[in-house]
Amino acid sequence: MAQNLLTLEGLAGVVFLAMIAATVGGALVAVNAKRLVRSVTGLALCFTGVAGLYYFLNSPFVALMEMLIYVGAVCVAIVFAVMLAEPRSEDKVGKESGLGALLSIIAAGLVFIGLRKVTITSHWPAAAKPVNHGSLIEVGNSLMTTYSLVFELISVVLLVAIIGALVLAHPGRDKK
Amino acid sequence: MMLALSSQLNTYLIIGAFLFACGIYGLLQHRSLIGMLISGELVLSGASVNLMAFNRFLAPDPTVGQIFTLFIMGIAAAEAAIALSIILAVYRNYQSIDAEDLQDLKG
Repeated sequence: MAQNLLTLEGLAGVVFLAMIAATVGGALVAVNAKRLVRSVTGLALCFTGVAGLYYFLNSPFVALMEMLIYVGAVCVAIVFAVMLAEPRSEDKVGKESGLGALLSIIAAGLVFIGLRKVTITSHWPAAAKPVNHGSLIEVGNSLMTTYSLVFELISVVLLVAIIGALVLAHPGRDKK
Repeated sequence: MMLALSSQLNTYLIIGAFLFACGIYGLLQHRSLIGMLISGELVLSGASVNLMAFNRFLAPDPTVGQIFTLFIMGIAAAEAAIALSIILAVYRNYQSIDAEDLQDLKG
Protein backbone atom coordinates (compact mmCIF):
# COMPACT_ATOMS: atom_id res chain seq x y z
CA MET A 1 0.00 0.00 0.00
CA ALA A 2 2.90 2.33 0.72
CA GLN A 3 4.62 1.63 -2.56
CA ASN A 4 1.68 2.44 -4.82
CA LEU A 5 0.92 5.66 -2.96
CA LEU A 6 2.92 7.66 -5.46
CA THR A 7 1.14 6.40 -8.55
CA LEU A 8 -1.82 8.23 -10.06
CA GLU A 9 -4.30 5.75 -8.58
CA GLY A 10 -2.68 6.04 -5.17
CA LEU A 11 -2.95 9.82 -5.13
CA ALA A 12 -6.55 9.62 -6.35
CA GLY A 13 -7.25 7.22 -3.50
CA VAL A 14 -5.79 9.66 -0.99
CA VAL A 15 -7.92 12.48 -2.40
CA PHE A 16 -10.96 10.22 -2.19
CA LEU A 17 -10.26 9.46 1.47
CA ALA A 18 -9.95 13.22 2.10
CA MET A 19 -13.34 13.76 0.44
CA ILE A 20 -14.90 11.05 2.63
CA ALA A 21 -13.36 12.70 5.69
CA ALA A 22 -14.75 16.11 4.65
CA THR A 23 -18.22 14.65 4.09
CA VAL A 24 -18.40 12.71 7.35
CA GLY A 25 -16.73 15.41 9.45
CA GLY A 26 -18.86 18.15 7.95
CA ALA A 27 -22.05 16.19 8.61
CA LEU A 28 -21.03 15.56 12.22
CA VAL A 29 -20.22 19.25 12.75
CA ALA A 30 -23.51 20.25 11.12
CA VAL A 31 -25.62 18.20 13.51
CA ASN A 32 -23.55 18.58 16.68
CA ALA A 33 -22.47 22.23 16.69
CA LYS A 34 -23.83 24.44 19.45
CA ARG A 35 -24.15 27.55 17.32
CA LEU A 36 -26.09 27.76 14.08
CA VAL A 37 -23.29 29.50 12.16
CA ARG A 38 -20.99 26.58 12.89
CA SER A 39 -23.69 24.18 11.72
CA VAL A 40 -23.88 26.04 8.41
CA THR A 41 -20.10 25.90 8.06
CA GLY A 42 -20.16 22.16 8.66
CA LEU A 43 -22.91 21.85 6.07
CA ALA A 44 -20.77 23.70 3.51
CA LEU A 45 -17.82 21.40 4.27
CA CYS A 46 -20.06 18.35 3.92
CA PHE A 47 -21.39 19.54 0.55
CA THR A 48 -17.85 20.18 -0.67
CA GLY A 49 -16.99 16.57 0.17
CA VAL A 50 -20.14 15.34 -1.57
CA ALA A 51 -19.15 17.34 -4.68
CA GLY A 52 -15.81 15.52 -4.60
CA LEU A 53 -17.63 12.19 -4.41
CA TYR A 54 -19.70 13.18 -7.46
CA TYR A 55 -16.48 13.94 -9.29
CA PHE A 56 -15.26 10.43 -8.51
CA LEU A 57 -18.57 9.11 -9.85
CA ASN A 58 -17.78 10.44 -13.35
CA SER A 59 -20.13 13.42 -13.06
CA PRO A 60 -18.08 16.64 -13.04
CA PHE A 61 -21.10 18.71 -14.09
CA VAL A 62 -23.17 17.56 -11.11
CA ALA A 63 -20.16 18.21 -8.86
CA LEU A 64 -19.95 21.76 -10.19
CA MET A 65 -23.69 22.29 -9.66
CA GLU A 66 -23.38 20.93 -6.12
CA MET A 67 -20.75 23.55 -5.32
CA LEU A 68 -22.66 26.31 -7.09
CA ILE A 69 -26.15 25.62 -5.73
CA TYR A 70 -25.56 24.12 -2.30
CA VAL A 71 -22.33 25.73 -1.12
CA GLY A 72 -22.85 28.94 -3.06
CA ALA A 73 -26.57 29.56 -2.74
CA VAL A 74 -28.26 27.43 -0.07
CA CYS A 75 -25.57 27.86 2.60
CA VAL A 76 -25.35 31.61 2.00
CA ALA A 77 -29.15 31.89 2.20
CA ILE A 78 -29.10 30.00 5.51
CA VAL A 79 -26.39 32.34 6.80
CA PHE A 80 -28.59 35.32 5.90
CA ALA A 81 -31.50 33.74 7.76
CA VAL A 82 -29.28 33.18 10.80
CA MET A 83 -28.33 36.86 10.67
CA LEU A 84 -31.94 38.02 10.38
CA ALA A 85 -33.45 35.62 12.91
CA GLU A 86 -30.65 35.38 15.46
CA PRO A 87 -31.88 33.64 18.58
CA ARG A 88 -31.52 35.98 21.53
CA SER A 89 -29.70 33.72 23.93
CA GLU A 90 -27.46 30.75 23.35
CA ASP A 91 -29.42 28.33 25.45
CA LYS A 92 -32.52 28.80 23.32
CA VAL A 93 -30.74 26.98 20.49
CA GLY A 94 -29.71 24.23 22.90
CA LYS A 95 -30.30 20.60 22.25
CA GLU A 96 -32.59 18.14 23.87
CA SER A 97 -30.82 16.76 26.89
CA GLY A 98 -30.66 13.36 28.51
CA LEU A 99 -33.30 10.95 27.37
CA GLY A 100 -34.16 12.84 24.17
CA ALA A 101 -30.55 12.86 22.98
CA LEU A 102 -30.16 9.18 23.78
CA LEU A 103 -33.32 8.28 21.86
CA SER A 104 -32.19 10.39 18.90
CA ILE A 105 -28.86 8.61 18.77
CA ILE A 106 -30.58 5.22 19.03
CA ALA A 107 -33.04 6.04 16.23
CA ALA A 108 -30.36 7.38 13.88
CA GLY A 109 -28.03 4.50 14.74
CA LEU A 110 -30.74 1.94 13.95
CA VAL A 111 -31.41 3.61 10.60
CA PHE A 112 -27.70 3.59 9.75
CA ILE A 113 -27.14 0.00 10.86
CA GLY A 114 -30.20 -1.20 8.96
CA LEU A 115 -29.25 0.55 5.72
CA ARG A 116 -25.65 -0.68 6.06
CA LYS A 117 -26.81 -4.26 6.57
CA VAL A 118 -29.04 -4.05 3.50
CA THR A 119 -26.14 -2.60 1.50
CA ILE A 120 -23.69 -5.30 2.49
CA THR A 121 -25.97 -8.31 2.27
CA SER A 122 -27.69 -7.44 -1.00
CA HIS A 123 -26.50 -8.82 -4.27
CA TRP A 124 -26.44 -6.00 -6.78
CA PRO A 125 -26.85 -7.28 -10.33
CA ALA A 126 -23.98 -6.33 -12.59
CA ALA A 127 -24.44 -3.30 -14.80
CA ALA A 128 -25.73 -3.74 -18.29
CA LYS A 129 -23.54 -2.32 -21.01
CA PRO A 130 -23.85 1.48 -20.82
CA VAL A 131 -25.53 3.06 -23.81
CA ASN A 132 -23.47 6.27 -23.51
CA HIS A 133 -20.76 7.82 -21.38
CA GLY A 134 -22.96 10.17 -19.37
CA SER A 135 -21.06 13.23 -20.58
CA LEU A 136 -22.38 16.75 -20.32
CA ILE A 137 -23.53 16.79 -23.95
CA GLU A 138 -25.59 13.64 -23.43
CA VAL A 139 -27.03 14.97 -20.18
CA GLY A 140 -28.09 18.14 -22.00
CA ASN A 141 -29.59 16.19 -24.88
CA SER A 142 -31.78 13.99 -22.73
CA LEU A 143 -32.69 16.97 -20.53
CA MET A 144 -34.07 18.68 -23.63
CA THR A 145 -35.73 15.62 -25.19
CA THR A 146 -36.75 12.81 -22.82
CA TYR A 147 -37.09 14.94 -19.68
CA SER A 148 -38.24 18.21 -21.23
CA LEU A 149 -41.60 18.10 -19.41
CA VAL A 150 -39.91 17.69 -16.03
CA PHE A 151 -37.51 20.47 -16.97
CA GLU A 152 -40.38 22.87 -17.65
CA LEU A 153 -42.17 21.71 -14.52
CA ILE A 154 -39.20 22.44 -12.26
CA SER A 155 -38.91 25.92 -13.78
CA VAL A 156 -42.51 26.55 -12.72
CA VAL A 157 -41.74 25.16 -9.25
CA LEU A 158 -38.77 27.50 -8.88
CA LEU A 159 -40.81 30.47 -10.09
CA VAL A 160 -43.56 29.71 -7.57
CA ALA A 161 -40.95 29.28 -4.84
CA ILE A 162 -39.39 32.68 -5.61
CA ILE A 163 -42.77 34.44 -5.60
CA GLY A 164 -43.85 32.58 -2.47
CA ALA A 165 -40.65 33.51 -0.65
CA LEU A 166 -41.12 37.15 -1.59
CA VAL A 167 -44.74 37.15 -0.42
CA LEU A 168 -43.92 35.44 2.88
CA ALA A 169 -40.93 37.64 3.74
CA HIS A 170 -42.29 40.87 2.30
CA PRO A 171 -43.40 42.93 5.35
CA GLY A 172 -39.77 43.45 6.38
CA ARG A 173 -38.03 42.77 9.63
CA ASP A 174 -38.91 46.05 11.39
CA LYS A 175 -42.69 45.70 11.22
CA LYS A 176 -43.10 44.36 14.76
CA MET B 1 -7.34 -1.82 0.09
CA MET B 2 -8.15 1.61 1.42
CA LEU B 3 -6.95 3.34 -1.75
CA ALA B 4 -9.30 1.41 -4.04
CA LEU B 5 -12.44 2.47 -2.18
CA SER B 6 -13.53 4.88 -4.93
CA SER B 7 -14.36 2.04 -7.32
CA GLN B 8 -16.71 0.17 -4.99
CA LEU B 9 -20.44 0.67 -4.86
CA ASN B 10 -20.69 -0.13 -1.15
CA THR B 11 -18.50 2.84 -0.18
CA TYR B 12 -20.90 5.33 -1.66
CA LEU B 13 -23.98 3.55 -0.33
CA ILE B 14 -22.60 3.55 3.21
CA ILE B 15 -21.67 7.24 2.98
CA GLY B 16 -25.20 7.95 1.77
CA ALA B 17 -26.66 5.95 4.65
CA PHE B 18 -24.43 7.85 7.07
CA LEU B 19 -25.57 11.23 5.75
CA PHE B 20 -29.20 10.07 5.97
CA ALA B 21 -28.74 8.90 9.58
CA CYS B 22 -26.97 12.15 10.49
CA GLY B 23 -29.90 14.09 9.06
CA ILE B 24 -32.42 12.06 11.07
CA TYR B 25 -30.37 12.52 14.24
CA GLY B 26 -30.21 16.28 13.64
CA LEU B 27 -33.95 16.48 12.92
CA LEU B 28 -34.71 14.80 16.24
CA GLN B 29 -32.04 16.63 18.17
CA HIS B 30 -32.25 20.26 17.07
CA ARG B 31 -34.78 22.56 18.61
CA SER B 32 -34.32 25.52 16.30
CA LEU B 33 -36.07 25.59 12.95
CA ILE B 34 -32.89 26.50 11.03
CA GLY B 35 -31.08 23.52 12.56
CA MET B 36 -33.90 21.26 11.39
CA LEU B 37 -33.66 22.76 7.90
CA ILE B 38 -29.91 22.03 7.83
CA SER B 39 -30.59 18.42 8.86
CA GLY B 40 -33.18 18.12 6.11
CA GLU B 41 -30.58 19.19 3.58
CA LEU B 42 -28.33 16.40 4.88
CA VAL B 43 -31.11 13.85 4.31
CA LEU B 44 -31.59 15.03 0.72
CA SER B 45 -27.84 14.90 0.19
CA GLY B 46 -27.69 11.29 1.36
CA ALA B 47 -30.42 10.36 -1.11
CA SER B 48 -28.53 12.12 -3.91
CA VAL B 49 -25.29 10.28 -3.16
CA ASN B 50 -27.17 6.98 -3.24
CA LEU B 51 -28.77 7.73 -6.60
CA MET B 52 -25.49 8.89 -8.12
CA ALA B 53 -23.74 5.71 -6.95
CA PHE B 54 -26.42 3.48 -8.50
CA ASN B 55 -26.22 5.61 -11.63
CA ARG B 56 -22.48 5.09 -11.94
CA PHE B 57 -22.34 1.39 -11.19
CA LEU B 58 -25.68 -0.20 -12.11
CA ALA B 59 -27.62 1.95 -14.57
CA PRO B 60 -27.45 1.24 -18.29
CA ASP B 61 -28.02 4.94 -19.10
CA PRO B 62 -25.62 7.08 -17.03
CA THR B 63 -27.48 10.33 -17.72
CA VAL B 64 -30.62 9.38 -15.78
CA GLY B 65 -29.11 9.58 -12.31
CA GLN B 66 -27.34 12.85 -13.06
CA ILE B 67 -30.58 14.45 -14.22
CA PHE B 68 -32.42 13.08 -11.19
CA THR B 69 -29.79 14.58 -8.90
CA LEU B 70 -30.04 17.92 -10.69
CA PHE B 71 -33.80 17.89 -10.09
CA ILE B 72 -33.25 17.04 -6.42
CA MET B 73 -30.97 20.09 -6.21
CA GLY B 74 -33.62 22.31 -7.77
CA ILE B 75 -36.30 21.03 -5.40
CA ALA B 76 -33.94 21.43 -2.42
CA ALA B 77 -33.16 25.02 -3.40
CA ALA B 78 -36.85 25.85 -3.70
CA GLU B 79 -37.55 24.13 -0.38
CA ALA B 80 -34.75 26.04 1.36
CA ALA B 81 -36.01 29.38 0.01
CA ILE B 82 -39.59 28.73 1.14
CA ALA B 83 -38.53 27.32 4.52
CA LEU B 84 -36.24 30.27 5.23
CA SER B 85 -38.92 32.82 4.47
CA ILE B 86 -41.38 30.88 6.66
CA ILE B 87 -38.74 30.94 9.42
CA LEU B 88 -38.38 34.71 9.01
CA ALA B 89 -42.15 35.15 9.21
CA VAL B 90 -42.26 32.96 12.34
CA TYR B 91 -39.44 34.98 13.89
CA ARG B 92 -41.33 38.23 13.26
CA ASN B 93 -44.37 36.91 15.07
CA TYR B 94 -42.79 34.99 17.93
CA GLN B 95 -39.32 36.59 18.30
CA SER B 96 -38.01 33.03 18.43
CA ILE B 97 -37.13 30.18 16.10
CA ASP B 98 -37.38 27.49 18.75
CA ALA B 99 -39.81 24.82 17.61
CA GLU B 100 -41.17 24.42 21.16
CA ASP B 101 -42.22 28.06 21.36
CA LEU B 102 -44.63 27.73 18.46
CA GLN B 103 -47.58 26.56 20.51
CA ASP B 104 -50.32 28.99 19.60
CA LEU B 105 -52.96 28.14 17.12
CA LYS B 106 -54.38 31.15 15.30
CA GLY B 107 -51.21 33.15 16.10
